Amino acid sequence: MAISLTLYGLVLLPFVAALVIAVNSGGRRALHSGLAAAASAAGLALILSLAPRVLAGEIPRVAAAWVPAIGLDFTVMLDPLGLLFAGLILGIGLLVMVFAHFYLAPEEATGRFFASLMLFQGAMLGIVLSGNVLLLLVFWELTSLSSFLLIGFWRDKAEARQGARMALAVTGGGGLVLIAGMVLLGLAAGSFDLLTILGRGDIVRASPLYPVMLLLILIGCFTKSAQFPFHFWLPHAMAAPTPVSAYLHSATMVKAGVFLLARLWPVLAGTDLYTIVVAGVGLVTMTFGAWVALFRHDLKSILAYSTISQLGLLVMLLGFSLELAAVAAVFHIINHAVFKAALFLSAGIVDHETGTRDIRRLGGLARVMPITAIVATLAAAAMAGLPPLGGFISKEMMLDETLAIGLFGLPWLVPVVATIAAALSAGYSLRLAIRLFFGAPRDAGHHARAHDPGVGMWLSPAVLVAIAVLLGLVPMQLAGPLVASVAGAVIGAPAPALGLSLWHGINLALAMSIVAIAVGVLLLWQHAALLGWYETARHLDAKRLFDRGLAATDAGVRRLVVAVHTPSLQRMVFAVFAVVVLLAVDGAMVGGGIFTGSRPGVPASPVAVLAWILLVAATVAVLRAQRRRFVALIFIGVIGTVIALAFVYLSAPDLALTQIAVEVVTIILLLLALNLLPKTPPLLSSPLRRWRDAGLAVSGGLGAGAAAWAMLTRNPNDPISHYHVANSYSGGGGTNIVNVTLVDFRAFDTLGEIIVLGIAGLAIYALLDTATRGSAGARLRSWQADMVHSPERHPVMFVMASRILLPLVLSAGVFIFLRGHNEPGGGFVAALVAAIAILLQYLASGFDWSDARRRIGEHVLIAFGVLIAVATGLGSLLFGANFLASAFGYFTLPIVGKFELATAMLFDLGVFAVVFGAVMLALAQLSHISQRAARAAAEPQGPPS
Amino acid sequence: MTLEFLMASAIGILVAGGIYLSLRARTFQVVLGLTLFSYAVNLFLFASGRLIVGRPPIWSRSVSDYADPLPQALVLTAIVITFGMTAFVVVLSLRSFLETGSDQVDGDNTANHSDVAP
Repeated sequence: MAISLTLYGLVLLPFVAALVIAVNSGGRRALHSGLAAAASAAGLALILSLAPRVLAGEIPRVAAAWVPAIGLDFTVMLDPLGLLFAGLILGIGLLVMVFAHFYLAPEEATGRFFASLMLFQGAMLGIVLSGNVLLLLVFWELTSLSSFLLIGFWRDKAEARQGARMALAVTGGGGLVLIAGMVLLGLAAGSFDLLTILGRGDIVRASPLYPVMLLLILIGCFTKSAQFPFHFWLPHAMAAPTPVSAYLHSATMVKAGVFLLARLWPVLAGTDLYTIVVAGVGLVTMTFGAWVALFRHDLKSILAYSTISQLGLLVMLLGFSLELAAVAAVFHIINHAVFKAALFLSAGIVDHETGTRDIRRLGGLARVMPITAIVATLAAAAMAGLPPLGGFISKEMMLDETLAIGLFGLPWLVPVVATIAAALSAGYSLRLAIRLFFGAPRDAGHHARAHDPGVGMWLSPAVLVAIAVLLGLVPMQLAGPLVASVAGAVIGAPAPALGLSLWHGINLALAMSIVAIAVGVLLLWQHAALLGWYETARHLDAKRLFDRGLAATDAGVRRLVVAVHTPSLQRMVFAVFAVVVLLAVDGAMVGGGIFTGSRPGVPASPVAVLAWILLVAATVAVLRAQRRRFVALIFIGVIGTVIALAFVYLSAPDLALTQIAVEVVTIILLLLALNLLPKTPPLLSSPLRRWRDAGLAVSGGLGAGAAAWAMLTRNPNDPISHYHVANSYSGGGGTNIVNVTLVDFRAFDTLGEIIVLGIAGLAIYALLDTATRGSAGARLRSWQADMVHSPERHPVMFVMASRILLPLVLSAGVFIFLRGHNEPGGGFVAALVAAIAILLQYLASGFDWSDARRRIGEHVLIAFGVLIAVATGLGSLLFGANFLASAFGYFTLPIVGKFELATAMLFDLGVFAVVFGAVMLALAQLSHISQRAARAAAEPQGPPS
Repeated sequence: MTLEFLMASAIGILVAGGIYLSLRARTFQVVLGLTLFSYAVNLFLFASGRLIVGRPPIWSRSVSDYADPLPQALVLTAIVITFGMTAFVVVLSLRSFLETGSDQVDGDNTANHSDVAP
């Protein structure tokens, strides 16, 4: 129990801290950094409390099912490898946060900074503690996202934004590839549980999926760990604040790829393919990165390329598939994390104090900043691989291992190239320290105010350098058990006996090490000549290639979209209808059987025939009245009225009421819109096109009519509405089955529908409210009235009649609403009737008069309606019933007599509010902008457009 | 002549008119087309409860046979939603005209279209 709490706490703590910091982002810098540091320290304490048990061989583990259907469990486990990385993430994180507190100015967005940093820390911890590979992927993507926020922290800088975007594109894209690889891995191993997979290495390596899976996973690791040819994002990520660089590129982000390689080492390593690809890529990256680092001038850029090189070294060691190489890799992971974080933080100090990071303009800083000089020089010496530092030991172990590996059948290849890379590393490390701190000051301006910072800033790098020194002096005592235990976890078996010490006797590795340092010194001595030669050579600009690649992809996608998605709506609509008609024809052919069913028809009365003729004639008239748009609207009204009559005749009184009411508001809406739309004569399509469209229209009409006929001449196949009929009164408390269905049986549908209606109303508002700006506003102001207006804008008769009608119509609305549960009516119809009553005032008395008397905004009504409907539904949950189940009871009052109250009525009230609000919002907004246009047109000199 | 035939043919005619108008070039015609099409769809949905005369679905102890209430409930909300959709499309086309100065669904590049007669 305690273990599971500790493990979950470990993973969740950073996220909680991120949330708390984000919520208090208005607070002071000390609050943000204090929370972040406290959370990191607490995490570190939890790790340390578990460390003895983990090092003793226990693996604390806790699992909870998350999405069992796909094998995704929330499994957290702490094995030695996870322990090492969690320790680095939290320990270096703590030091970085202390540093960042002093590095960032108080007026910067420290809340956002530390919240993002904690988010990132949580994601990294999640990766290293995941006991399920799918869970690991979740955290993996989260590191890509949160590092995007961190790299782009200074969002007003273009290079920060570009760097962040590039890092996200490369590492996020690699993450997607990794997902594919991990899924294949899980399929091959038969489980997504990490421990299970680790035990099935033989099965995985024998799987036919192995080569594909391996390459996909490697792409994921290489993009994250900035391996050639995916390395280019890392130098651009230097646009981040220095504490972020120190954190991301020493212990965390880029180490995630190395971590995953180490994590899956027992499963994936050991094959020829693995060795060639991983060791080869590592070797190339190590050499290439060191070579470029030698010629950089920006402090952080040197460190970026050195990071690429050092990661290449780690990848190469893991790629050797040798147990001792894995041990060397583990030890170097610790060394690199420590000295690289110290170097980045020192670079931050130099930048902070001198205002520049260009080493061509700096020099002799040891005199003014002695503490920083000691710290950074020792860290650089560790990076150069000089004794007596930890870097020397791991570099010598690395060189020793290269002797055991022959790539492409050439036993000398790897040792020689590795020695060259080591020489280059020594060269750039020494150059960094010597140019910065020794010799004469080169640019007096930058040194005038330079001095050592306060203890808060140099403490963190000093602690790290002290560790780096101790790792060289007393490696076995400090890291021996940890390295042995972690190496055992990487290998998947007890680690070979290791002797970490500075002196291994005189051997080939020592000779290589001496050669490397000597050549490094030589490189530094001849650096000016080399630099001249380097700068005359042509170099590929990875950023330009990346940008060009992005642009090409963008253009390609655009072409594809245009090819499959024609910008012509007419053509698209034609295609949609044509496909639907063809599908319907195809479906009808498959079904076979008889066209006309056996259900007896209802003989049509002469009135019905007359109505039908009216409808057909009105439809034809709409089609023919293209030039006279107002006339077309009248015919639309005729069609709607005929349909409403049909509803009356065919036992649907509720529908008839709704149809009539909707008809009125629709016609008003179309009239208002038509007023503003252009009145130029219609464009006639070419005859060919018209015939083609007519052909499609006729076949669509025939298809729909035939389907309706086939359906109407058959008996329904046991409809579910029997239930509605049987339970309407006894269960829903109402005799109007349609209304009970709406507010009770299928209230969830209704809830969705009123929400859609509310959204439509708000969208209309959004479209029209902003229409008075920009070119739309200019066009609106230049609108010309094209019809003769009545000299009397608001005829007195009409105004008086409408005002007398208002209370009457509203009473009718209330009546319709109240009777809705038992007789035709209800919220929908009542809302429409009430809307018409108010619209009448707008028509008669004008927009301004009516709008000034409006008490409640339509937005409020829509929100109120949705909330009331939802609250009614939730209320029924309180009573243990289903969501939106209604309750009702009968009460008796004097005079009124016996009456019924049902919660469904509350729901119907919500429906009423939304429908009323949406209708009024649409029409009032439309008449409002008509009004503005008319007013602008009426002024002789309108405002300039 | 049965009611069923009248209903089926009315649906067919409305669909045909709706499709034809939806394929026109100007927004107002398209809106009219959508309106006709919505009428047809609502009628079709309603017709799935079959055509029954004089038996509205108002429950009463003495009656046992009613018109199917479920399609009616569905159509009722459909009618209101249709209004919402029509209003939205109308406003969208109005805004599009105000922004671009053209009320054609494909914009005003008439030269590129063969379907425009002089």
